[in-house]
Amino acid sequence: MSDTQTVQQAPAAPVLDTVEHAAGTPDVEQPWAELGLKPDEYANIREIIGRRPTIAELAMYSVMWSEHCSYKSSKIHFKLWGENTTDEMREKLLVGIGENAGVVDIGDGWAVTFKVESHNHPSYIEPYQGAATGVGGIIRDIMSMGARPIAVMDPLRFGNLHHPDTQRVLPGVVAGVGGYGNCIGLPNIGGEVVFDDCYQGNPLVNALCVGAMRVEDIHLAKASGVGNKVILFGAKTGGDGIGGVSVLASETFDEGGPTKRPAVQVGDPFAEKVLIECCLDLYKAGVVDGIQDLGGAGLSCATSELASNGDGGMQVELDLVPLRDASLQPQEILMSESQERMMAVVEPKHLDEFMAITDKWDVEATVIGEVTDGEHLVITWHGETIVDVPPRSVAHEGPTYDRPLARPAYLDELNASGAASLGRPETGDDIRAQLLTLLGSPNLCDKSWITDQYDRYVLGNTALAQPDDSGVVRVDEETGRGVAVSTDCNGRFAKLDPYAGAQLALAEAYRNVATAGAAPLAVTDCLNFGSPEDPGVMWQFREAIRGIAEGCKFLGIPVTGGNVSFYNQTGDVAIHPTPVIGVLGVMDDVSKRSGSGFRSEDAHVYLLGTTRDELDGSEWAHVVHKHLGGHPPKVDLAAEQALGRVLVEAARAGIVEAAHDLSEGGLAIALAEACMRHGVGVTIDGLDRVGVDDEGNALDAFTALFSESSARALVAVPAGHAAELEALLGDVPHARIGVTGGRDLEVTGVFTASIAELKAAHEFTLPAVFGA
Amino acid sequence: MRIGVVTFPGSLDDRDAARAVRECGGEAVALWHGDADLKGVDAVILPGGFSYGDYLRCGAIARFAPVMDALVPAAKGGLPVLGICNGFQVLTESHLLPGALIRNDHRKFNCVDQRLVVENASTAWTSDFEAGQEITIVLKNGEGGYVADERTLDELEGEGRVVFRYVTDAEGRNPNGSYRDIAGITNARGNVVGLMPHPEHAVEAGYGPSLDGRGFFTSIITQTLESAANA
Repeated sequence: MSDTQTVQQAPAAPVLDTVEHAAGTPDVEQPWAELGLKPDEYANIREIIGRRPTIAELAMYSVMWSEHCSYKSSKIHFKLWGENTTDEMREKLLVGIGENAGVVDIGDGWAVTFKVESHNHPSYIEPYQGAATGVGGIIRDIMSMGARPIAVMDPLRFGNLHHPDTQRVLPGVVAGVGGYGNCIGLPNIGGEVVFDDCYQGNPLVNALCVGAMRVEDIHLAKASGVGNKVILFGAKTGGDGIGGVSVLASETFDEGGPTKRPAVQVGDPFAEKVLIECCLDLYKAGVVDGIQDLGGAGLSCATSELASNGDGGMQVELDLVPLRDASLQPQEILMSESQERMMAVVEPKHLDEFMAITDKWDVEATVIGEVTDGEHLVITWHGETIVDVPPRSVAHEGPTYDRPLARPAYLDELNASGAASLGRPETGDDIRAQLLTLLGSPNLCDKSWITDQYDRYVLGNTALAQPDDSGVVRVDEETGRGVAVSTDCNGRFAKLDPYAGAQLALAEAYRNVATAGAAPLAVTDCLNFGSPEDPGVMWQFREAIRGIAEGCKFLGIPVTGGNVSFYNQTGDVAIHPTPVIGVLGVMDDVSKRSGSGFRSEDAHVYLLGTTRDELDGSEWAHVVHKHLGGHPPKVDLAAEQALGRVLVEAARAGIVEAAHDLSEGGLAIALAEACMRHGVGVTIDGLDRVGVDDEGNALDAFTALFSESSARALVAVPAGHAAELEALLGDVPHARIGVTGGRDLEVTGVFTASIAELKAAHEFTLPAVFGA
Repeated sequence: MRIGVVTFPGSLDDRDAARAVRECGGEAVALWHGDADLKGVDAVILPGGFSYGDYLRCGAIARFAPVMDALVPAAKGGLPVLGICNGFQVLTESHLLPGALIRNDHRKFNCVDQRLVVENASTAWTSDFEAGQEITIVLKNGEGGYVADERTLDELEGEGRVVFRYVTDAEGRNPNGSYRDIAGITNARGNVVGLMPHPEHAVEAGYGPSLDGRGFFTSIITQTLESAANA
């Protein structure tokens, strides 16, 4: 009927910007600036391809050359990783930095992959979806290595707990992390929740995922083998997340097309759960030659990286991509960050089997192209070529900046103002009151309002989860072999000294893993910083990388991968440098892991490590005096290693009743937490044995209780095993400081607080702000 | 002793339920949502998870899966069926059990080690417990508030069909706003049991809050072995 035909007639299509068209119209104004490219970057693109880019090519380069995808400000410093990786460290690495995630050998034929990434900016704009898709994205990275994801963790940082915007951001982020992780069925086994004014307006939402596979099942992101099919599978492509990694160029792309879209993606955990099971079936069937997830920069990234990592070219028919919105323009399809999509390279002989498996899971799969013997990535739109580029130039040969760096001028003054000048509590009652204040302070209070919104049990392999020091999961159900993971960072220490602060973060994560009884094996990092265009921030960044790289070399554990998040700042004010470090350790049998709480009466309590008067940057100075200044605690990686050895050996020997790391809040908080965990008290009669001052006199009670010296842990062993522990200690400094039992935390001669009082101070902080 | 565990798209605790069956001496048989085939099993578990994403009412779509075409008549004929969490939601949506599960009264997902009282120890899935026994197993859900009209609630109570009740906190509150603190119920015949908490996460030392979940699986395994011996 003619009426209907009139209605359905599309508006006159704009001229398709083909390669041929671009070659013939060299002087067309292009929206490179709106897409976030710099003038010299645009000129560079023109030089690489010998003409002006088509709008589709421009879209691809703009997202792939964004800071997020290209690491253009940071990668010049990455050579520090390589320079500090020894052959011995490399031996444990099955896959190193550069792939979707690093892979390490944990023995018995098992490989484990893990990685932490940031989703900071989206989570500030749209907390629920930002956090949810952060979890979804890191899970796909792990899947694309060939692994079954087995656990997630979320290091979170927010502004002031009592700021109204924190009450907008935090509940949404927590619900998003839980909503995605719970629905996809991965246990959330740990992470961090930190509050500091410096994160106001720049919350940090980092997400870590761990996956496991047999060594022979490792898959890589590469497209090789001429004639092999390129398959896009999973969700349809929509208009969400366009330019999520760069800048949205609305004027140009909106003309006659879909209306403005938010740059934040929308997650569908159910689709991803099905995708996980489908991928695992595909791997098991042996029908996948190369695989890549679609995350930041969507199809632009997947096609160019797969082709760049392979040995030939790639041809893609973009009009075959299944769409949620038929009005999307080709450049938008290339930039879309729609979630829950994967791309596989499959040999033609396996195509039918591949499709049968995706059909079984009701996952839509479409052959959109193939590997060619050329050298270019060629993308067509209804038969016309709209992209014809060398894939390496898009994926791996983006710009590199050696940005200026300079030690910030404020540091001298900051370092000069230590905690020595702060008023210290003098009586036992004062110490007791300050302990209760600290226990209820935002960073040390009970976090179960948050962590109870996460499923920590699903999959049935969780041996330890928050609030213990590490998350521990079983990998091999026959033998109990498994892994422990901890993430840590004290941004205040990194602010005072980014080199030492980064090493302290590494040391704490290493120690937490060892405290659980696992031998530390590998590292991932999420480097959250301010603007790289600020020389002071760039100096912090360089110092932190140097600290991590040199620290890892000393400890003999390699960095396997990670993520850089810049531009976490508002105006001139950057966040504290926050290099979040994740350490992964291995246990032969995770049922032997050590928990952090006292379990029974009459266990002997030991403090291992050296305690000094180190309160600069401490939680006590932060909470009681709102003070930050001085120098962070001494880094002693040899001591960490020696302590770690004892903790692992003691767990292996099966003599540990409880083991707990000392960090923020020092011995006092560690003791209170160990008591509250299972409601078993302790009497500390050996506080004078904790440490000595420069003159050799016993440290005063306050310093002994609240100092944050590193390389320390509490260990409780049944009385009958005390000699066994002491025999393991070697030259690790130690003191037997008390005995478990009763319902109080009693520090003889200083104070007594009942566990009920400790819990009352500890448990109501978050419910008071966010509701029960 | 073969116990089927159904996998719907979005089932999450299916592998855990199968492991629990094996840990307790049974044989776990995988059943697929798309096949109206119970493979001759002696009992069926509908596991936890988010079937089909549960973007509509939980369990509302799973109810229409082909496997349910086989399961519903079998359950009505006496086949023992245990619905855990999402499985309980599927059982109420299928009208094998009365009432409904709605969003927790505090509006949040909640994962805790939960104390329960076993009120009925004579169902197919609870015969290894004692009536009045207190157990601690994992509770983890966003939509676990059990609701039904007064008449149904009275009927359940009157017929002893409340199988588990939550132990309430100091203020007398249960963890999700369930009417009359109901955590799990059974049908009149006692072969179909549904509950929100997760027994399959409490069957192995070191991986869960207790070993209290074993009783669910040993009950059915013992019972089926006995009935096989008597046959």
